[in-house]
Amino acid sequence: MVAATDPQAVAAPDALPKPENRVWKKFRRHKSAMLGGVLVVFFVVIALLAPFLPIAAPEATDWSAVRQAPSAAHWFGTDEIGRDVLARLIWGAQASLLAGVVSVGIAVLVGVPLGILAGYFGGWIDAIISRCTEALLAVPFLILAIALAAFLGPSLTNAMIAIGISATPLFIRLTRGQVINVKVEDYVESARAIGLPTRMILTRYILPNVAPPILVQATLTVATAIIAEASLSFLGLGQQPPAPSWGSMLNVAKNFLNQAPWMAMYPGISIFLVVLGFNLLGDGLRDALDPRER
Amino acid sequence: MFRPFPKRSRAHRGGPGTQARFPKCRVSWPDAQISGVCRARYAWGIDSPFGRADQFEIGSREGETLSNTAPLLSLKDFRLRFRGQDACTIDRIDLEVARGEVLCVVGESGCGKSVTAMALMGLLPEGAAEIPSGTLSFEGLDYDLTRERLPADLRGGAMAMIFQEPMTSLNPVFRIGDQIAETVLRHRGGTRAEAETRALDMLRRVGLPSPEARLRSYPHQLSGGQRQRVMIAMALANDPKLLIADEPTTALDVTIQAQILELIRDLQHEAGTGTIMITHDLGVVAEIADAVAVMYGGQVVETGPVAQVFDDPQHPYTIGLMESVPRLSGAGGRLTTIDGAVPAIEAMPEGCRFRTRCAFAAPACAARPALRDVGSGHATACHFAPLEAHLRVAG
Repeated sequence: MVAATDPQAVAAPDALPKPENRVWKKFRRHKSAMLGGVLVVFFVVIALLAPFLPIAAPEATDWSAVRQAPSAAHWFGTDEIGRDVLARLIWGAQASLLAGVVSVGIAVLVGVPLGILAGYFGGWIDAIISRCTEALLAVPFLILAIALAAFLGPSLTNAMIAIGISATPLFIRLTRGQVINVKVEDYVESARAIGLPTRMILTRYILPNVAPPILVQATLTVATAIIAEASLSFLGLGQQPPAPSWGSMLNVAKNFLNQAPWMAMYPGISIFLVVLGFNLLGDGLRDALDPRER
Repeated sequence: MFRPFPKRSRAHRGGPGTQARFPKCRVSWPDAQISGVCRARYAWGIDSPFGRADQFEIGSREGETLSNTAPLLSLKDFRLRFRGQDACTIDRIDLEVARGEVLCVVGESGCGKSVTAMALMGLLPEGAAEIPSGTLSFEGLDYDLTRERLPADLRGGAMAMIFQEPMTSLNPVFRIGDQIAETVLRHRGGTRAEAETRALDMLRRVGLPSPEARLRSYPHQLSGGQRQRVMIAMALANDPKLLIADEPTTALDVTIQAQILELIRDLQHEAGTGTIMITHDLGVVAEIADAVAVMYGGQVVETGPVAQVFDDPQHPYTIGLMESVPRLSGAGGRLTTIDGAVPAIEAMPEGCRFRTRCAFAAPACAARPALRDVGSGHATACHFAPLEAHLRVAG
């Protein structure tokens, strides 16, 4: 808001940086955020390029190379039936990222509209939505996801749905709170004063103004969702063998921790790095989008 | 009730005779205008040190007959009660605005000025308030406010509003060109390009520098005065018949206030827009009003053409308001104040709501005084009006 009284703004309006640039500029100066961004981009690129990388097929077994330590032939070693750990990690990245993004997508698509309805209209709509939200929030996130995944049946798709539903109340809550703040802003009132229908006010005035914190929360929740997917796969409720997933790799590897530690180490490091990446990215976004520091 | 006055002359006819021409006036005119706006106008040499006496050329207005045309807007017997309260926050008020007329609604904070405006625009949150009585006629159509809100099509179209806070009244995530175009599209339809042309046109009319570049600016890139200009452009984009301005200059600094008032008046004159200006600044009233309605505690206590009301205020509250305006000339010393504060709505006295603070209060004030005509469309809600007669009797 400082820019409003900036004499430059009067003299040369075009010389001012656009707000997108400003957020990007701030983000770029944020070292840990950039590190997070690089990590996330790295894993995304690897996952997308999996079919084209010169790696072994992730499900190809090799009985002559069972539980081999990392070597030139198998950079990250092999698992208990001779599959290449690196190849499985790379293909597993697809499952993990997909699970993270899709489940958060579900949570956002369901949670944000419900939150907007609850926050904007209040009254009995708010009462119903909020009570349901609170009921869901009363159950721990992972327990709820496990219960839902078990109910839906074990598969990656169902795991995503389960995680998505479990994360929805978070977004309802957050959106509702933000909408309650924004709906009393003068510009919403002036939107009503120019006769805009409620639908337009919600989509053009409320939604864009509550979006930044939702974006931050979504980024942070991707990290949580990736851990949740790994946990479900670890428990056998997510990605089904023989398809690779970091969680199920850990599940098998726990039996060979002494004989073949690489089997557990690399998936563990991968989960750590990708979760760290999303968390740093989320923190950086929060700082960059913070209106108080503009 | 009010008549549209002829367009004011901009000639500077001020002079030392203001006080002499308004002998009954309890507040001398040059003093009453020492608000920020007038100070700025004076500093710029727009006005003489004696204020814009040209506004108060009573002679030129005498002999005019009341216009026969129906008023643009007429609000009758309007009451509004907030949920959970027994007494009405707005208690039976009547307002009338003619085409091209500026009606200033004045009163201290909490007297119901803004609530009335919000209710007129249909902006009060659903279910927050109930309206036990009130009819509105606007452009010849009657609306029963107890049952219906104004149709949304009117808002921003035939009836537009300028808000008090330009800093926060624009959507921060859209370019201002888009926001103006949006209101045009909403009410006029047409293509996006046409709406944007209209937006550019409006930005030019409100005098924003480099309007083409401004069209693509975001609100935070504009200063407060510029944003208020944008708000005015938005409000006037659809050529409204009625403009409601809720303290449009309160949040601006003094020099910008004068510019914005001038702008509103010029545009309003050009298009013949009827205007309800809500303010607590008597300087603004002097600057812009044709007619004035003084509100106290949710009631209109005095109303009439601005010259009559300012020249010869009849309600003790109006007199108190005028006396409490600081003066540049004359003896210094303490300002006159009205003792106490507006009572909370639960504590509002029966009858005349001002009687707990009124120097003239008498047992008769326990009955609500009706708005009585004291001449030339000037009406006041006081049992003792005209005050002079009663004061003489009282000795």
